[in-house]
Amino acid sequence: MSVAPRPVRDNDAMDGARPLLELTGATVRFGADAALDDVSFQMFPGEVHSLMGENGAGKSTLIKAITGALALDAGTLTLDGRRVDFATPHDAQRAGISSVYQEIELLPNLSVAENIMLGRGPRSRGAVSQRLMRARAREILAELGLEIDPASTLGTHSVAVQQLVAIARAISTDVRVLVLDEPTSSLDLDEVAELFRIIRELRSSGVAILFVSHFLDQVYEICDRVTVLRDGKFVGEYVTQELLRIDLVHKMLGRKMSDYKERHRASVDEPEAPVFLSARGVDSAPGIANADVDLGEGEVVGVAGLLGSGRTALARALTGVSHLDSGIIRIEGSAVSLDSPRRAISLGVVYSSENRLAEGILGHLSVLENITLAVQAQRGVFRRMRPARQRELAQSWVEALAIRPADLDRPAGTLSGGNQQKVLLARLLALAPRVLVLDEPTRGIDVGAKVEIQNLVGELADNGLSVMFISAELEEVLRVGDRVAILREGRIVETVPSSDMTVDSLLALVASPDE
Amino acid sequence: MTRIWKHRLFWPSAALLVLITINSIARPRFLTITMRDGDLYGALIDILRNSAPLMLVALGMTLVIATRGIDLSVGAVMAVSGAVALTVIDGSPDPGNLGTVLVAIGFAVLVALVLGAWNGFLVAALGIQPIIATLVLMLAGRGVALLITGGFITTVNSAPFSYIASGYLLVLPFAVFVSAAAIALIAVVERRTALGVLTEAVGINPEASRLAGVRSRSIVWGAYIVSGTLAGVAGIIYASNIRAADANSAGWLIELYAILAVVLGGTSLAGGKFSIAGTVLGVLIIQTLEATILFLGVPSAQSPVFFAIVVIAVVMVQSPWVRGGLSKLTRSRRPQAVAEPERTKVAA
Amino acid sequence: MSATMTQARSMPADRPTSRVQTFMSRHGAMTPTFAAVVILVLLLVGAEAFLRGDFITARTLSALLLDNAYLLVLAVGLTFVILTGGIDLSVGSVMAFTGILGAQLVASGVPVGIAIPAMLAGGSAVGLLIGVLVQRFDVQPFIASLAGLFLARGLAFVVSLASIRVEQPEILWLQQNRIRLGEWYVTPTGILALAVVAGAAVVLHLTQFGRTVYAIGGNEQSARLMGLSVARTKVSVYVISGFCGGLAGLLLTAYSGAGYPRNGIGTELDAIAAVVIGGTLLTGGRGYVLGSLIGVLVFGTIKTIISFMGAEQSWMQIIVGALLLLFIVVQRAIVARSVRRR
Repeated sequence: MSVAPRPVRDNDAMDGARPLLELTGATVRFGADAALDDVSFQMFPGEVHSLMGENGAGKSTLIKAITGALALDAGTLTLDGRRVDFATPHDAQRAGISSVYQEIELLPNLSVAENIMLGRGPRSRGAVSQRLMRARAREILAELGLEIDPASTLGTHSVAVQQLVAIARAISTDVRVLVLDEPTSSLDLDEVAELFRIIRELRSSGVAILFVSHFLDQVYEICDRVTVLRDGKFVGEYVTQELLRIDLVHKMLGRKMSDYKERHRASVDEPEAPVFLSARGVDSAPGIANADVDLGEGEVVGVAGLLGSGRTALARALTGVSHLDSGIIRIEGSAVSLDSPRRAISLGVVYSSENRLAEGILGHLSVLENITLAVQAQRGVFRRMRPARQRELAQSWVEALAIRPADLDRPAGTLSGGNQQKVLLARLLALAPRVLVLDEPTRGIDVGAKVEIQNLVGELADNGLSVMFISAELEEVLRVGDRVAILREGRIVETVPSSDMTVDSLLALVASPDE
Repeated sequence: MTRIWKHRLFWPSAALLVLITINSIARPRFLTITMRDGDLYGALIDILRNSAPLMLVALGMTLVIATRGIDLSVGAVMAVSGAVALTVIDGSPDPGNLGTVLVAIGFAVLVALVLGAWNGFLVAALGIQPIIATLVLMLAGRGVALLITGGFITTVNSAPFSYIASGYLLVLPFAVFVSAAAIALIAVVERRTALGVLTEAVGINPEASRLAGVRSRSIVWGAYIVSGTLAGVAGIIYASNIRAADANSAGWLIELYAILAVVLGGTSLAGGKFSIAGTVLGVLIIQTLEATILFLGVPSAQSPVFFAIVVIAVVMVQSPWVRGGLSKLTRSRRPQAVAEPERTKVAA
Repeated sequence: MSATMTQARSMPADRPTSRVQTFMSRHGAMTPTFAAVVILVLLLVGAEAFLRGDFITARTLSALLLDNAYLLVLAVGLTFVILTGGIDLSVGSVMAFTGILGAQLVASGVPVGIAIPAMLAGGSAVGLLIGVLVQRFDVQPFIASLAGLFLARGLAFVVSLASIRVEQPEILWLQQNRIRLGEWYVTPTGILALAVVAGAAVVLHLTQFGRTVYAIGGNEQSARLMGLSVARTKVSVYVISGFCGGLAGLLLTAYSGAGYPRNGIGTELDAIAAVVIGGTLLTGGRGYVLGSLIGVLVFGTIKTIISFMGAEQSWMQIIVGALLLLFIVVQRAIVARSVRRR
C-alpha cells in the first residue's frame, strides 16, 4: 500500500474563499469541565477534512455541535455565512449536514430501499409505495456507482455494504456536509478502497466531508486538511501533506514522553527468558488463523496490527474466552486446554477486555466487590473471603495502583475511565497471575493514567510476569513491548525486538498486505 | 453504604407501617392477638400464615430476577406440585398415614425441582430469553397438572397433610415456620457464602462475570432450581389449605404478585443487587393490602384492580428515580442548563 | 494489489450469484412463516390419514375459522405489539372485560349501537394505559401489560361477578347468521376476523406507520434517528392490541351468547403461541400477520384433532406449549448461527 504523499490539490475554493461551515469561539461545558474551549473550525466545499485528537480531546463534542446534537454554551456556528442554531439533529439534516457513525444506525430487518428512503422526503398521507422507494433508491445508489439490490434486506449484507447504504441515505437529500465518524473500523482493505472512491466522488461534486479516524495512514491518504484538537482546545489546522506524521502525533499528545520510565530492554545478545506460555497453530474463527506466539517470563510482548487483524481474537483465544478451533497451547511445557476464562484463570492466565464497560467493570458493585470478584469466583460459592480480608486485599491494591478516589465502597461505575481500568487490573492482579493479556488497556484514558499503567506493566514484567500488550497506538506498543508481534489479516506475520523498530517501520509492516 | 440501605428498605417499611396503621384505625381489633389453647390467633397471625405461599414464591423470584431473569411458571409449578402430592396421597391405601404424606410431599417437591431445572436448562444452557422460556411451562404446566388429576379436583381427607396449612407448632401456625425457615435459609446462603455477590455480578453483567471466572451458567441455573423448588413447597401449602388439587386455581396470578413483591422490596427488574428483606416486606405489604381490601367488603375477584393501581404507581415512581440514579452513576453528559443562545430558525 | 487502484464498483463477495440468493436476500424473512404453512398442511394431512378420512371436510374447516375468530383477532393485535419487540399479556383479560361490559350494557337497556363502541373504547383505553407506561415511563412491556391484565381482570369482576346472558339479536346475528357457499359456511364474525387480518396486512406493509412498527423492532434507536415517529407508534401498537381485545370480546360474546368474567384466562398465551408459531420473532422486527393467521389455524386444528380423538382438553395446553418451545428453540438456533457468521 502506498504511503507516499499525494500531490496537493490546487483548489481555489480553499484560498480566501468563504468556508462552507465554520465554528468560531465554540465552547461547550459539562459541569466545570470544558469539552470544547474557544475552538475554531472551518470546512470548505469540495474538501475532505480530518479531525484528529486523542480520546477526550473534544472530537465527538465538536461533531455533536455541528450536527445539532448539542447546543453551544458560547461561540457561533455558521453555514454558508449565515449563523445557525440547530435545535435537533433533524434541523441539521434539513440544512444539509448529515452524519454516518461507526455503529450502523440503520434497520437490518428492512430493505435497502426503505433504509435509504424512510423518514426522508415528503410525508404523504401515511402511505408508502415500495416501488417508488426502490426506484429512487436505485437512482441514489447509481449516483454512487453501487450495485446493491434495493429490494434486498439490509441485514443480509456485510458491514461494509451496510455502511455504504448509510452513506447513500446521508446523501439522499441535498447534503452539503457529510460527517464520517470512524467509518473504516470494520472494513477490510478492499472495502476501504471502495469507500474512498465514493468519498472522492462526493468531494468532486462539492460536498465537504469530515473524516474522523484514528488510522493515520488513511487520514494521510484521503484528507486534504487536518484540524487537531487537544484537551478541548484548538491546536491548529494544517494541510495534510505539509505535516509530518511525527509532528501530527506530537501536536495530538502535546507532552513529551519523558514521564515514561525506560525499562531495561533485553537486547538480542542476552539469553532469552524461559518461555512460560507458548501457542502453536492457534485457530479461532473468525479472526485468527495458525498463530504462533511465545510469552517469556518477565517480558512484555506488544501486539500491533490494524483493526480487524485479529488482535482481540488472538487475546481471547489464548485466555479461554473464545473457543479454539485448533492449535496447542502449552504452559511451562505441558499442553493445556483453556476452554473457559475460569479454567484459564486457574492456570494463571488472565485477560483484560478492550471493552471495559461491557466486559469488565460491574458499575453497580463497589470498588471492593469489583476487585475481589475474580478471587472470590475462583474460591467458589461456599468459601467466602472474610469481609476483613476482602477489605485488606482491596485496600492494598487501591494503594498500589493509586486508584482515586480511594473509597472502597463507592460504586465502581462512578470512577473515571483510567481508575476503572486500574480497578480491573487490580482484580486480575489479585489473582497472582503468571500471564497477563491486556487488550487496549489505555484506550480512552487521560494521559497521566496512561503513563501510570504503562509503567505498571513494565514493573510487572520486571517481577516475572509475562505480559501481552495489545494496542492500536503503535508508539505505545513499541514503548512498552520488549518484542512486537505483528498481526495482519488474522496471522502473526513477524515478531521483532522493539529496539529494532521505529513507528514508521512498524507501520509499514502492519499495513502492507502480502505482495 | 448505610445511606443506600436506609434508602432501599425505608419506603417499603414505611408503606407497610402506613397500611397497618390504617387498618388498625379502621378495624380496632386488627392488632389484637389472642391466645387459645396455646395457639395465637388474630388478624396479624392470619396475614403471616396466608402469606406463606407468596413468600416462598417471591423469595425464589427474587433470586431469578437478580440474575436478570424472570420465572412466569411458578403458578403452574404450584399446580403440578399439588396435583402430584394429592394424587399420591389419594392413591395410597391410608391417606392419613404420616409416612405416606411425607413421601407424597417429597415426591411433589422433587418434581417441582426438576421443573425448575428444566427452566434453568432453557435459560442457562440454551440461552433462551427467560420470559419466553418460562412462558412455555406457564402454558403447559397447568395442562400437565390437569392430566395428573385427570381433569378433576382431587380432594383428600388427610390429617397430616392438612396440618401443613392449618396446624400449629408451638404458638404459631406451622406455615409461618415454613416461611421463616425459607427466609432464614436463603438469607444465610446468599449473604454468608459468596453466592449473593456472585449472583449480583451475574445479574449486573453476565459477560463481564464470565470473563472474571464466575460460574455464570451454574448460578443462573441454580436460581431457577431454587425458584421451582420453592414454588413446589408453596403448592403443597396451597393444596393443604384447600385440601384439594385444583389445577386451574392453584397459584393463579401468583407470579405477578411475586414480581410486585420483589419490586416493592427495592430489587430492580433489570437484575443485579437484590434484597431478601425487601422482598419479605413486599410480601407483607401485599398480604396486608389484600386483607384490607377483603375487610372493606370488596369481593376478592375484584382485588386485582387495586393491585394494578399499586403496580402502576410503583413503576411510575421508580422510573424517574432509576433514570436519575443511573445518570449519576454513568456521569451522563448533559449540556449545562445555561441560557440558550437565541435560536434562528434555519430556512429549510 | 494496490488499494488505490481498485476500480471495483461493488463488493465482489457481495453480489448474489443466483436467483435463489436474490430471492432469499429479499424474502428470507418469510422462511419461518413458510415453515408454519408446512406444519399446517402436515397437520391437516396427518389428521386426515389418521382419523380415517373424516377430517378435511367443508364443515370442519369452516368451523375452524368460526371457533377461533376471537383468537385470530387477538393474534393480529398482538402481532403489532410483538413486531415492535414488546409483549401484551393483558389481551385475554381485556377480552373478558369488554365482553362482560358489553353484555352488562345491553342488559341494562343501552342500545347496541352504543354498547359496541363502548367495548372497543374500553379495550383501547387499557391498551393506551399500557402504551403510555411503556413509552413514557420506560416500564418493561411485560410488567406494564401485567398491570393491564390485573386491571382488566379485576374490572371484569367489578362489572359483574357472574355471567350475563346476551339476547340482543344484533349481537347474536354476528355468530348465528351463516352465509353458505355450498358445503362451506362463514359467519359475520369470521368475515370480521378476516377483514381485520387484511386491514392489518395493508397497514403494516403499505403505510409509514406500519413500516415504523417494523423499524422499531429492528432497531428502535436507529428508527428514532431516522426521523420516524417512534414514540407515537409505540403507544399506538398497544392501543391497537387493546382495540383488538375489545373486538375479540364482542366476537366471543356473540359466540357464546353471554359475557363471562372468567373468560380468556390463559388466552393471551394461546395468542402469543399462535403468533410465534406463525413465524413472528419475539425479539421483534420480523413477522407477518398472515403468519399469525396460519398460527391460529394450526392452533385450531390441533384443538379439533384433540376433540376428534376424544382426548382430554388438557393435552391442548401441553401440545401448544411444546410447539411453542420447539419454535423458540429453532428461532434461537437460527439467530445464534447468523450472529456467528458475522
